[in-house]
Amino acid sequence: MADHAVSLPAGTGSIGLEASGPRGPKPRHVFSRRNIFLYGTLIVVALYYLLPLYVMVVTSLKGMPEIRLGNIFSPPLEITFEPWVKAWSSACTGLNCDGLSRGFWNSVRITVPSVILSIAIASVNGYALANWRFKGADTFFVILIVGAFIPYQVMIYPIVIILREVGLYGSLSGLVIVHSIFGMPILTLLFRNYFSSMPEELFRAARVDGAGFWGIYFRIMLPMSLPIFVVAIILQVTGIWNDFLFGVVYTRPDTYPMTVQLNNIVNSVQGVKEYNVNMAATILTGLVPLVVYFVSGKLFVRGIAAGAVKG
Amino acid sequence: MTRMENPSVSIRDLSLNFGAISVLETLNIDVAEGEFIVLLGPSGCGKSTLLNCIAGLLDVSDGRIFIKGKNVTWEEPKDRGIGMVFQSYALYPQMTVEKNLSFGLRVAGIAKDEIAKRIARAAEILQIEPLLQRKPSALSGGQRQRVAIGRALVRDVDVFLFDEPLSNLDAKLRAELRVEIKLLHSKLQNTMIYVTHDQIEAMTLADRIAVMKGGVIQQLDAPQTIYNRPVNRFVAGFLGSPAMNFLDGRLEKDDGSWHFVAEDVRIPLATYAFEKEPVPGAAVFGIRPEHVAFNSGAGWPFTAMSNVVVVEPMGSDTLVWLKLANQNFTVRVTSERTPNNADAVSIGFDPMRASLFDATTGTRL
Repeated sequence: MADHAVSLPAGTGSIGLEASGPRGPKPRHVFSRRNIFLYGTLIVVALYYLLPLYVMVVTSLKGMPEIRLGNIFSPPLEITFEPWVKAWSSACTGLNCDGLSRGFWNSVRITVPSVILSIAIASVNGYALANWRFKGADTFFVILIVGAFIPYQVMIYPIVIILREVGLYGSLSGLVIVHSIFGMPILTLLFRNYFSSMPEELFRAARVDGAGFWGIYFRIMLPMSLPIFVVAIILQVTGIWNDFLFGVVYTRPDTYPMTVQLNNIVNSVQGVKEYNVNMAATILTGLVPLVVYFVSGKLFVRGIAAGAVKG
Repeated sequence: MTRMENPSVSIRDLSLNFGAISVLETLNIDVAEGEFIVLLGPSGCGKSTLLNCIAGLLDVSDGRIFIKGKNVTWEEPKDRGIGMVFQSYALYPQMTVEKNLSFGLRVAGIAKDEIAKRIARAAEILQIEPLLQRKPSALSGGQRQRVAIGRALVRDVDVFLFDEPLSNLDAKLRAELRVEIKLLHSKLQNTMIYVTHDQIEAMTLADRIAVMKGGVIQQLDAPQTIYNRPVNRFVAGFLGSPAMNFLDGRLEKDDGSWHFVAEDVRIPLATYAFEKEPVPGAAVFGIRPEHVAFNSGAGWPFTAMSNVVVVEPMGSDTLVWLKLANQNFTVRVTSERTPNNADAVSIGFDPMRASLFDATTGTRL
C-alpha cells in the first residue's frame, strides 16, 4: 500500500479511500422479492405434481368403508396393507386370481432380455456409424432415423402376421423381438452421437496399436461409455416396462405384462370397484421405473447431456 | 525430384481427393533412414492428411507408399511398422500408463515378460517410471505427451509419426519437450516424420523441412537453405518471425548492372546471386529484419535514411518499423540500441542476403 500512497496527490491521504464504500461480497437477502417468487413458484408446481401421488398412497392405505366417506385428501384413520397384499397376490383378472405378481414376472421376463438385446445391437450400430464410416453409412442412418417417425399403429398388423408366420405370435420372445426392433432408431442415434463426441484420435491411436473392430469396441469404447449406457438402460427399462400397446397386441392372457394386467384389474366391470386395491396395483406397477429414476438420476442427466446435444 | 538409395519411407505420386476437393496432388517424397523430416505449413495445407496417409488411417486416391522398401499402400496401420503420436495425446483414459503403453503389445499377443521388458526400457528412456500406475487424468500435459511417445516407442517401430505433438502444451513445456524429442531422435536414430505449423519446431528439429501449401510441397530442403534461399514468396513469408520484409518494385538494368527500383529507392544487385539470367520487369525484393544493419554507418552496398514509425520491444531485441519507398519495413535491433518514435535513422544491408521474387508467379529469381 505504501507505494501507492506515495502517488496520491498531497492532502487526499490514503485513509479516505480505505474507510469508505462497500467491500467484499455483495450481501444477498434470503427473503428478497426474487427469491420469494422463484421458490414460491417451484413449491406450488411441485405440490401440484405430487398431489395425485399423495391421493393414491393415502387411498391405498384405507379400507373400503373409509373410502366411501369420500374424503379423498384426508389421511387414513386406520392404516391397512390389505389392499397391497390383495393387489399383488390375489386380485382377479379374468379367470386368474393370483394378482399382479404374474404380470410382474412376465414384465421382468420381457424387459430384461429386450433391454439387453436392443442396447447390445444399438451400441454396436452406433459405434460402427460413428467410427467406421463405411460406404452407405449415411443412407443407412437416415433410413434408421426415418423408422423412428413412422407411427407404431401402421406396423402393428404386419408384425402380427410376421410373428404368426415364424411361430412367435403370443410368446414372450416375440414381444422381446418387437421391443428390440422399435428401440433401435432412438438408441442407435443416442450411441452414434455419443461415440462421435469422443476424440477421433483415440480411435486412430487404437488402430495404430493394432486393435480391430471388436477390439476397439470392447477395450476402448465400452469402458468409456458408462453414462450413455445408463441413459439407454433407463430409456429402455421405463419404455418397455410402461408399454401397453405391444403387450396387449402380441401376448396372450397368461403372458400379459404387468401394465396390461393392471388395466384388466382396474377396468374390470364386474363387482365392486375396489379403489384401494386399484391404487395399490397402480403404484406397484409404477414402482420399477420410479426406482430406476431415483437410483440413476445423476448419471441420467450426465449421459443425456453427453449423448444428445451434438448432432 | 532425385530418388535416394534405400529410403526409409518413400511416397510416389500420392493423391487424395475428398469428392471434388483435392487435398494432396501427385506428391513425391523420399525420407532417408534415420532422418528427421518436418512437414510444415499453414492449417489446411494437407500436412496432417499426408501423415494420416502414411499411417494408413486414410485411404489414398492414387499413388503408392513404401516403408522400408515394402509397398504398404493397402496395409493396415499396425502392419506398417509405424508408431504415431497425436496432438491430443489420445491416451486411453480408463487405462493406467502401463496399460496404455502395453495395449498395442497385448493386442499383438506378445509374451508378458517381453512386454514388461519393453515397458521398462521405454519408461527409462522417457523418465516416466514413477507414473506407470497412474491414470492419464492424473498426469500433466507434458507427462501425457511423454506417455504417448512411449506408446510408439514400446512397439519397436521403424518410423515415428508425430502429428503436432506439442501444440496443446504451453510455451515453456513446448520448448522443453522439443529438446527431449531431439534428444530422443539422436538416441534412437529412427526415421521420424513430424507435422507442425510451428516454424521454430521445424527449424530446430528437422534434418530437412518440407514446406507445404495447398497439398503441394513447395520446398524440401535443410532448414538453413529454406531460411536463406526460399524458392518462392510463400516459403519466404511463412518462415521467419518477425516476417521477411517485402518491397514491391522493378528490376532494371543500367550501366551494365542490375538494380531493384522502388520509387526513390535504388538497390544495387551486384552481390545478389540470381538463379537465372534476370529480365527487367516487376519484382518483389525480400530481406529479413535481422539482416538489416541499423545506424552502423557506411560500408554497406545499400544504405538509406528513414524515420521510425513504431517501436516494438520484444525483450531480447526490438523490432523497429520504418518506411522504405513508402512501404512498411522492419529492422531487428538489439534492445540497447532502441530508438524513439520519429527518430531519423540510417539502415544498410547487403543484397547478397536478400531474396528476389517474380511479382506474378512468386518464384525466386
